[in-house]
Amino acid sequence: MKFVEEYRDGRVAAHYAALLARSVTRPWTVMEVCGGQTHAIVRFGIDQLLPEGVTLAHGPGCPVCVTPVEMIDKAIEIAATDRAILCSFGDMLRVPGSSRDLLAVKARGGDVRIVYSPLDALQVARENPQREVVFFAVGFETTAPANAMAAYQAKRAGLANFSLLVSQVLVPPAIESILAAPGNRVQAFLAAGHVCAVMGIDAYQPLVRRYRLPIVVTGFEPLDILQGVAMCVRQLERGEARLENQYSRVVRRAGNAPAQALIREVFEVIPRRWRGIGEIPASGLGLSAAYAEYDAERRFGTARPRAEEQSECIAGLVLQGARKPPDCPAFGTRCTPEHPLGVTMVSSEGACAAYHRYRRPVTESA
Amino acid sequence: MSEREPPAWTCPLPAAEGERVQLAHGGGGRAMARLIERLFLPAFANAALERRHDGALLELGGARLAFSTDSYVVSPLFFAGGDIGSLAVNGTVNDLAMCGARPLYLSAGFIVEEGLPLATLERVVASMRAAAAAAGVELVTGDTKVVDRGKADGLFINTAGIGRVAAGCEIAPRRVRAGDVVLLSGDLGRHGVAVMAARGALGLETAIASDCAPLAAPVLALLEAGCAVSCLRDLTRGGLASALVEIAEAAGLEIALDERAIPVREEVRAVCELLGLDPIYVANEGRFVAFVAPADAERALGVLRAYEPSRGACAIGSVQAGAAGRVVMKSTIGGRRIVDMLSGEQLPRIC
Repeated sequence: MKFVEEYRDGRVAAHYAALLARSVTRPWTVMEVCGGQTHAIVRFGIDQLLPEGVTLAHGPGCPVCVTPVEMIDKAIEIAATDRAILCSFGDMLRVPGSSRDLLAVKARGGDVRIVYSPLDALQVARENPQREVVFFAVGFETTAPANAMAAYQAKRAGLANFSLLVSQVLVPPAIESILAAPGNRVQAFLAAGHVCAVMGIDAYQPLVRRYRLPIVVTGFEPLDILQGVAMCVRQLERGEARLENQYSRVVRRAGNAPAQALIREVFEVIPRRWRGIGEIPASGLGLSAAYAEYDAERRFGTARPRAEEQSECIAGLVLQGARKPPDCPAFGTRCTPEHPLGVTMVSSEGACAAYHRYRRPVTESA
Repeated sequence: MSEREPPAWTCPLPAAEGERVQLAHGGGGRAMARLIERLFLPAFANAALERRHDGALLELGGARLAFSTDSYVVSPLFFAGGDIGSLAVNGTVNDLAMCGARPLYLSAGFIVEEGLPLATLERVVASMRAAAAAAGVELVTGDTKVVDRGKADGLFINTAGIGRVAAGCEIAPRRVRAGDVVLLSGDLGRHGVAVMAARGALGLETAIASDCAPLAAPVLALLEAGCAVSCLRDLTRGGLASALVEIAEAAGLEIALDERAIPVREEVRAVCELLGLDPIYVANEGRFVAFVAPADAERALGVLRAYEPSRGACAIGSVQAGAAGRVVMKSTIGGRRIVDMLSGEQLPRIC
């Protein structure tokens, strides 16, 4: 398949791995921010090709994982309301709220519908004028334009029975919170290519300067990630700190201007709580005043932050790259995708789910 | 009749209060396996059931029979390459074939929703008739029920089937040995993608047709050629991955796969990439794996390739001592990963 197969070539991968091995003189820790990259790393075994001493730390870039529990609870509450239809990406259905998940509400008769695009949710609203249709708008900068478009079109069409439960988050503030944390050991970042395809790359320049570290905008295929790591390591070995773009076949410096304009029209930057991490200033998007009438929290009540659930789950540390999934005593035993203790075991982009799926040591003998 | 009432049966692991059935309980993956282990196996405990094969193996008056049943709830009823009728015949025919049996007789139960156009039912029945003729089985008994409008989605079909197993033929996961070669009968994922496309919800325009086909002919040819086959499994819900994990667990052995050897058509691969699906988990209706002794592997491939539904047969891996119950796969770039059973529900009502 064009644009995919050529980035999964075993011989080229071996070539990059050999180049890397020759250039490394000291141990380095590089963090990939995006859950999609984490998934590719574990699925293809990219980390197994890296020279000893180069460590990949997995970052907080799984939107499903970082959606705060009060937003899940609010979605569950809406889904259980008689006249409401809750539309969501499929990944959110198995995320545990404080007492249950959306799948359980669905099994009990709640009208929960999986959609592949927020515009499909808009269509559901058009087809069900008697019902309140709510789209659970989660995600990073990548989902923001389409979610904004749904609000924009609803407003233009005067669609009164449609609203958004918004839990949008932003990548650069999350990177900064990891860098500013005491004991941080991340020395370079792979920035998520698709986020930069929308937002451009300039937002990372201040981080590169302030924290003097390499950030490489990187794609998602195995060879993209290997090359991104190689570019980070080359800078680290030379003592450089620059913003580089490995994913230049997709990402332009300025990003996608119409998408950014739409985001600015519909959303405003606000503080957001991240599950497992806590509140990060200016780290999310909420509907702007002009779109406040499409805010599901206005119609169904505000999601009230609650104390983080206490358990042996170390999802917060995993999301910040401080621990790897197998470090958790519950991993694969008391915590599995069917009976997850934390969100990172639920989402297909969560690091624990990726390790469980692709790396789990077999403990039980059949 | 025994004189005493049998003791009231209670589930050894009763469900938590308020627990409900979810779609994943029928998804062919971990949740369904658990439901079977927790509820059905202990309730009906017997030797035939405990083998947990695609069908039960029974001895009746000296004859060795395979007996299997399956229900079909696919939505929509018609899709490229098949329909609920051809699926209902081939699905049960294939379950029997995977026991090493020659499928002989089928039953069919129709649960029809009030208001279904009779022409639709006629089309489905014509398709079943054609599929039965192609597979060499007779549909010898049946049942019809009609339920109120809204209580069933058009049409559900159940089929059960009986087949004859040749003397000396033993097909079972526990017969798998280290060294066995894993043969796959053709490319993966076509049925799942065809049904998804037929639903129209994804706006997919693809020329992919379901691989729905009867598999008895190539399987019986393999056995009649004297190839040392230890286990057969068709790759329906849960796909290749779930089937291999089940076999590895039952055999207490490790299966090692090479991702590069697993054929997936370019269009199927493209749809899977778009939707974030892994083709090894996507449902098929005309694909199976055969575990064959290494000395017979090349010959077995030759036999399989002479039949249309297995023309693309190839070797994708082998069985090794390793860790019991584990399936590992070498990735396209040379990394190594675990292959797990499908977790949750990938696509409800695929068959």
